[in-house]
Amino acid sequence: MNAADPNGALIVAVILFSLGALGVLVRRNLLFMLMSTEVMLNAACLAFIAAGNRWHLADGQVMFIMIVAFAAAESAVGLAIILRMHAAGRATLDADTGNRLGG
Amino acid sequence: MNIVLELYGLIAIGATALAITRTIPVHGLLYLVVSLLALACMFDELGAPFAAMLEIIVYAGAIIVLFVFVVMMINLGQPDQLREKGWFAGGAWIGPGVIAALLMGLLVYGTQRSTMAVGTAGTPIGPQQVGLTLYGPYILTVELSSFLLLAGLVSAYHIGRRIGGKS
Repeated sequence: MNAADPNGALIVAVILFSLGALGVLVRRNLLFMLMSTEVMLNAACLAFIAAGNRWHLADGQVMFIMIVAFAAAESAVGLAIILRMHAAGRATLDADTGNRLGG
Repeated sequence: MNIVLELYGLIAIGATALAITRTIPVHGLLYLVVSLLALACMFDELGAPFAAMLEIIVYAGAIIVLFVFVVMMINLGQPDQLREKGWFAGGAWIGPGVIAALLMGLLVYGTQRSTMAVGTAGTPIGPQQVGLTLYGPYILTVELSSFLLLAGLVSAYHIGRRIGGKS
């Protein structure tokens, strides 16, 4: 029943990582840049799970839990910075205007 | 060769490609939720049901909801969408697209060059085994991630502390 192929999952992970990198490079909206970072972290998770399936070890899922904790901390800080920028009176989320953050 | 796994992978890739090309943040977030659910199905298919449930509960249920809350709070206006459309119209996709395609090609080449045969894909790895590994050899990593979460909590509180006092 469980004859899943880790190679296909690795290819999917690579494509997802490239899509996330493309999103970070292209988009200038801070919210979309954070979302693309989440996509890249998910691709790393998928690679870990695929490797854990290949070697039949639980270490892949342990690393997945670590990545989830890291993603939660990262998105919390990033979204707090976005809210702070908005409260400082910026009408746009354009990353090119981030140098006006100030304190 | 499992056709279901590739199907979920295609759904995840398509939803992600749609998510990073939307101009309205909520639409992008909803496509991202679809992508995360497809990824959870992939995890389950790869013999990691605990990771699949964590993906749904923590990622789609907590982190994306946090994003949705922020989108609701900051009330984006029309100028942002006009700016985004301006970015899409130009040739801004060419350079990053070439770089991302190069990265993808190199990674696919690197991962497929080494012959990784399908191993002993036996029974799924349940939560019990994951818990024993997590609190056995990886106990130091658990402590370090608790430090990381505490630091994230303190810094998020510190950054956002004056929002209520203002206005």
